[in-house]
Amino acid sequence: MSRLLSTVLVAASLLAIAVCATPSDAAPRAAQAATTLAGDFGPPQGPPIEEKLVDPPGVPAPIHRNYPARVIVRLETREVVKQMADGVRYTFWTFNGSTPGPLIRVRQGDTVELHLKNDPGSHMAHNIDLHAVMGPGGGAASTVTPPGHESVFTFKALRSGTFIYHCATAPVPMHIANGMYGLIVVEPPQGLPKVDHEYYVVQGDFYTSGTYHEPGLQSFDMQKLLLEQPTYVLFNGREGSLTGAHALTSKVGDTVRLFVGDGGPNLVSSFHVIGGIFDSANVEGGTLVNHNVQTTLVPAGGATMVELSTPVPGTLLLVDHSITRAFMQGALGEIKVSGPAQPALYNRGPSGPISGLAPPKAVAATMNVNDAMADGKRVFTQICSACHQGNAMGLPGAFPPLAMSDYLNADPQRAISIVLNGLSGKITVNSTGYESVMPAQGSNLSDGEIANVLTYVLNNFNNKGGTISADQVKAVRAGDKPK
Amino acid sequence: MKPIRMTGLLLLLAFAPAAFAADYVTIPAGRFVSALAIDGHASRIAIASFAMRVEPVTEADYLAFVTAHPRWRQGQVSPLLAGPQYLVAWQGPLTPGPAVQPRQPVTGISWFAARAFCAGEQARLPTWYEWEYVAAADATRRDARGDPLRNQALLSSILASSGERPGAIGRHRANVYGVRDTNRLLWEWTGDYAAMFPNADARVAGNSATLALCGGSALAFADKNEYALMMRVAALTALKPVDVAPRVGFRCVRDIHGE
Repeated sequence: MSRLLSTVLVAASLLAIAVCATPSDAAPRAAQAATTLAGDFGPPQGPPIEEKLVDPPGVPAPIHRNYPARVIVRLETREVVKQMADGVRYTFWTFNGSTPGPLIRVRQGDTVELHLKNDPGSHMAHNIDLHAVMGPGGGAASTVTPPGHESVFTFKALRSGTFIYHCATAPVPMHIANGMYGLIVVEPPQGLPKVDHEYYVVQGDFYTSGTYHEPGLQSFDMQKLLLEQPTYVLFNGREGSLTGAHALTSKVGDTVRLFVGDGGPNLVSSFHVIGGIFDSANVEGGTLVNHNVQTTLVPAGGATMVELSTPVPGTLLLVDHSITRAFMQGALGEIKVSGPAQPALYNRGPSGPISGLAPPKAVAATMNVNDAMADGKRVFTQICSACHQGNAMGLPGAFPPLAMSDYLNADPQRAISIVLNGLSGKITVNSTGYESVMPAQGSNLSDGEIANVLTYVLNNFNNKGGTISADQVKAVRAGDKPK
Repeated sequence: MKPIRMTGLLLLLAFAPAAFAADYVTIPAGRFVSALAIDGHASRIAIASFAMRVEPVTEADYLAFVTAHPRWRQGQVSPLLAGPQYLVAWQGPLTPGPAVQPRQPVTGISWFAARAFCAGEQARLPTWYEWEYVAAADATRRDARGDPLRNQALLSSILASSGERPGAIGRHRANVYGVRDTNRLLWEWTGDYAAMFPNADARVAGNSATLALCGGSALAFADKNEYALMMRVAALTALKPVDVAPRVGFRCVRDIHGE
């Protein structure tokens, strides 16, 4: 019965296109016609569905629907001042107040009715170009919306995949540089395989008048944009948006799907998860699936969908493996995997000096003070100074100082654990906040070396003095071992 | 009843003095290269001498206008000539209200209304080229557009202002012609805006590149470095002549005869 009905409808709409000579947007009914088109499963059925949009890194629920529907999506363009890093403010141009805008999720064959409002407080007219649209401008010409107005644009999502959307009002590079982009996921008719967690990450490059971490309200810098030399490269428009308390989470044995976009405007992302392998990566967001991928390219104005397993506990890092951007410009996120240790899969064994390289005499208890200090200085120079700098002053915004450090002097015992196990998350040193990752040194350094370097640092760089013994380090190390 | 009328009168008085101060200055004739491309190329444009209002039309000016011309008051104006958000910041047809300062540029005005205002002071809206020619100047140069510092300063000052209302007139030096506040405060209607920027919304015949689109906009500008100007063009492009927007106002020009 329903097949008969749709055949009649098809015939009617074919007739409509034959009669209607102008294939322009002035004749929206003609768009119903070409059912021979791949991905067109006929007219929308059932009542219209209001898309429930959520803030990034959240994702709307998977679609369990076996028919094409009309999906109503409501977006509002807003120009809002937000933090892009601690103490650094910027006027973002956004869809729904966030960079990226909300992830839109529909089923292939759905008819998307997009309502685009522009906040009356906007300076600019805005519009939307969705890469999931087949037709001029991806909808841009049909959605030019002045401040205080609303436009409605309807299209059929004919191809499945993960697609960027962005504002395409002149000057386009500026609208994108200010954060006007997001993703639209068009699920294939059969849906996506079930996973345990889904998240949404979009990288963007930002061009501020001030230098990296220069505090205060930053203006958009046009020269830096032209040179393609961003001050910040960020996931989800904010340094720290996916770290510490905001880290993505998973459990041992779970699977994670990431919808990853690159808004640009300029940089291509070498997207990588440190400590993970993509079980699958939809190349460039399309239907070609690659397996066991370490790093996948995400073009500016492009996307990918990756899935990874998290078999062992710990923290995985999301980075743009054009790695300067991760360490110096903010492109860093975390997936915290909780659950029991899996020593058969990943195990940190006992560690100590290799006999040929470090003489067995290197035990602090048996060294005199001068030798211990000299050994501590060697370790500091070889390892610690790479980040904390030769003068132990650290780097503002990235690496905390060890010199005159209230954090260190307050609890030298705590420092033992940090050197052994590393440290991530937010700390405050000399009233400045830091949120970076220090790798564990427990497997690189012996108890004696750790004791010596801590003693060296405590007695230099204007710190308050004190001694750490190899036995103290040994005790902390023993306490860390799973029992 | 009576107190309300009194308040209205007082407000009128407060707004009144500025209404008579519509100063115009003479802009000398000259030639310049427009940032807009004509058929894909930069073009030298000849500008005849004309007189331009020193400042954008203010809220006080506009109150005087609607007081004298009832058919342009809120509630009386034809919806074909001004959209529903016309003068939306005002409390009533003759009551600007506390959100509006007399020395602010008037905004929320349709192209039709702006044209009628100018006609009311024996003037007209400038052409885009006339406006662009004057706005190319800074305090010391007739054409300061090649200066990246100037362009960045304009952009930063536009982005720094927020909210729905433009700032007050006269915070920056007049340009070399003696004209104020061309680039930073607001977007200004021009008489020929719809013909200058053909696009899907302005419904103008012809198939020139559509500025509304990504690629189209790249083709439509001969000078792609002037982002403040591109923002202005994009903002105006989005409007139909009946539309109003919170940051779109205007100023008028007069022809100078016998030159």
